[in-house]
Amino acid sequence: MGKVFRFDNDVDTDQIIASQYLLFPSVEEMAPHTFESLDADFAANVRPGDYVVAAENFGCGSSREQAPSVLKALGVRAVLAKSFARIFYRNCINIGLPAIVCKDLYDHVQSGDEIELSMSEGTVTAGTQTYACTKLPAHLQGILDQGGLIASLNQD
Amino acid sequence: MGMTLIEKIIAHNIGRESVTPGEIVTVNVDRVMVHDIFIPFVADKFEEMGFSKIWDPDKMVLIYDHLVPASQLDDARHFAKGDAFAAKYGVKNVHRSDGICHQLMTEAGYVKPGDIAFGTDSHTVTYGCVGAFSTGIGYTEMAGILGTGKLWIRVPETIKVEVNGTLPANVSSKDVILQILGDLRADGATYKSLEFVGSTFDAMSVASRMTMSNMTVECGAKCGLFAPDEKTAEYCGISAEDFKNDAFLQSLKGDPDAAYERVLTYRAEDFVPVAACPSQVDNIHPVSEIAGLAVDQVFLGSCTNGRLEDLAAAADILRGKKIAPFVKMIVTPASRKIYREALEAGILETLAEAGAMITHPGCGLCCGRAGGILTDNEVVVATNNRNFLGRMGTSKVQIYLASPKTAAWTALTGRISVPE
Repeated sequence: MGKVFRFDNDVDTDQIIASQYLLFPSVEEMAPHTFESLDADFAANVRPGDYVVAAENFGCGSSREQAPSVLKALGVRAVLAKSFARIFYRNCINIGLPAIVCKDLYDHVQSGDEIELSMSEGTVTAGTQTYACTKLPAHLQGILDQGGLIASLNQD
Repeated sequence: MGMTLIEKIIAHNIGRESVTPGEIVTVNVDRVMVHDIFIPFVADKFEEMGFSKIWDPDKMVLIYDHLVPASQLDDARHFAKGDAFAAKYGVKNVHRSDGICHQLMTEAGYVKPGDIAFGTDSHTVTYGCVGAFSTGIGYTEMAGILGTGKLWIRVPETIKVEVNGTLPANVSSKDVILQILGDLRADGATYKSLEFVGSTFDAMSVASRMTMSNMTVECGAKCGLFAPDEKTAEYCGISAEDFKNDAFLQSLKGDPDAAYERVLTYRAEDFVPVAACPSQVDNIHPVSEIAGLAVDQVFLGSCTNGRLEDLAAAADILRGKKIAPFVKMIVTPASRKIYREALEAGILETLAEAGAMITHPGCGLCCGRAGGILTDNEVVVATNNRNFLGRMGTSKVQIYLASPKTAAWTALTGRISVPE
C-alpha cells in the first residue's frame, strides 16, 4: 500500500521540477524541489512506495527527463493518470518508472488515501474498489520490466 | 488509400509502401540535436549503456544556447562536459554561440524536407516547418540513438488544420497557432501529427511556419508539418530544378484520400490578435479583452519569434518612437545570422533607439535562467512559447504570450495593446 498525492490537469514539467534546478549536479540534489510551486511540502512528505495520481495530460511541456527522475529518486512507485504527455511518458518507461493510464482512479481518490497497484493484474485497489488500468504495449512493458532502457539495451 | 504527410515520411524512412497509425516501427535517424542543459546527462547515459562510439558522429549536432554566455559556474561545467564528449567521440558539429538550437538546425542546413530528426528539447517539433518529422525525447533515449542510430516510434494519427484566405494586417502566424492551441486545448493533439494546409499557409514565409510548428508541442502534438514548397526548397538550399525533379520531395504532401482523424477549418479573415494568458498556453483570449493592463517587461525573442521578420515587425512599429519609460524591453535575436542581418538592415538600431535592450542570440529569458527574470506580481508580455507557472522567475509572475506586433505595441504604450 502507498499513499496518494493527487494533482490536477495539465501539470507541466516546470511544475514537477523547475528549470533553475536542472543544472544541480545530481537528481538526488534536485529531488527536494519536486512540485515546489504546487506543493512545497511534497518532497518532505512523500515516502517510498507512494503514488502520484493525476488527471489529464500529466507531464506536459519540456523534454526534461529530470521530471520523472526526481519522482523515482523520491521513491514514487508509479504515476497513475488519466493521460500523459508523450515525452514524459517515454521518459518514464526509459528510466523504469511505471506511468500507468488509469481513467477512473482520479475521480475516486483524494490525497492521503491508501492504494495498491498490481502491475501484473493491471489494476489499482483503493479501499473496497478496484480500477482497471490500460495495459502497456508489449514492447514498452519489456523495457519497463527490465528496469528501463539502459538495462534493456545492455541485455540486448 | 492515400497517406498523410507523416505516414509518407515514416514509410519512406523504413522502406515500406505504407504505414498505419498505431503501429510501432523502428526508424533510421537522419539527425540528432543535443543542447547544453542535457549534454552531461546524455554523455553519462551513453557510457553507462556501454557504447564506445557514436553510430555516425556527423549526424549529431551539439548546440550551446540555453546557458550562453555562462552566468553561473554550473553552466560552464556543462560546456566543459560537452566539449570533452565532442572531442572524445569525434563530433564536429558543435555550435558554441551561434544561436538557438531550433533556429540553427534548419538555418545551418542540418535538417531537410522528409528527414527524421530527434532532439533533447520539446521544441524540436520546429523542423516540421520544412516538412521534416522531428520531435523531442529525453536524454536516456538520446544516448540510445547515439549508440544505435535507431528509435522506436508509434505512427501517429493526423489532425488536418486547413486555413484559407488572407490574414488581417495586425495578425501574425503566432496569433493563428495560439488560436488553434486554444481550440484544441493543451492535450488536444497528444501523440498526434498536425498537418497544416491551405492558401494562408502557402502565402506564409518559412519563418512564419516555423513559429507554428514550434508551438505544436503545446497541444501535445508529436509533430506539426507543412508540405515543402518552392519557398522551403530555397530556404533549405535546394535548387528549384532539383526540388522539381525529386520524386520523394514532390510526394511530400497529404493525399486527398488520406485518413485524417479530424479536420479543423478556419477562414483567415476571422483571426484576431490573441494572447495566452497566465498560466496555461491554451488560456487564449483576444488581446482586446485584456487591453489596458500595465506591463513591467516585454520580451521579443526565442525559437518561436526571434527571427528577422519578427524583429522587423517590431521595428516598423517602434521606428522614431520611445517605449513607455517604466517598461523594460528585451530583444533577443534567435541566431547570430539573424543578429547580423538585423544589424545590417538597421533594425537593431531602430529598436535600441526606441529604448530596447538588445542581447546576444540564444534562449535568453524564455528558459527563465537569466536575462530578465521577474518577481512576484510583475507582468510580462513575451513572444516565446510557454507561460507556465514559474517559467520566468517566481510563480507569481504573470506571463502573457503574444505576437511580435502585440509585444511592440505593448512596449510602446506600457499597457497590453491591440496592434494597429
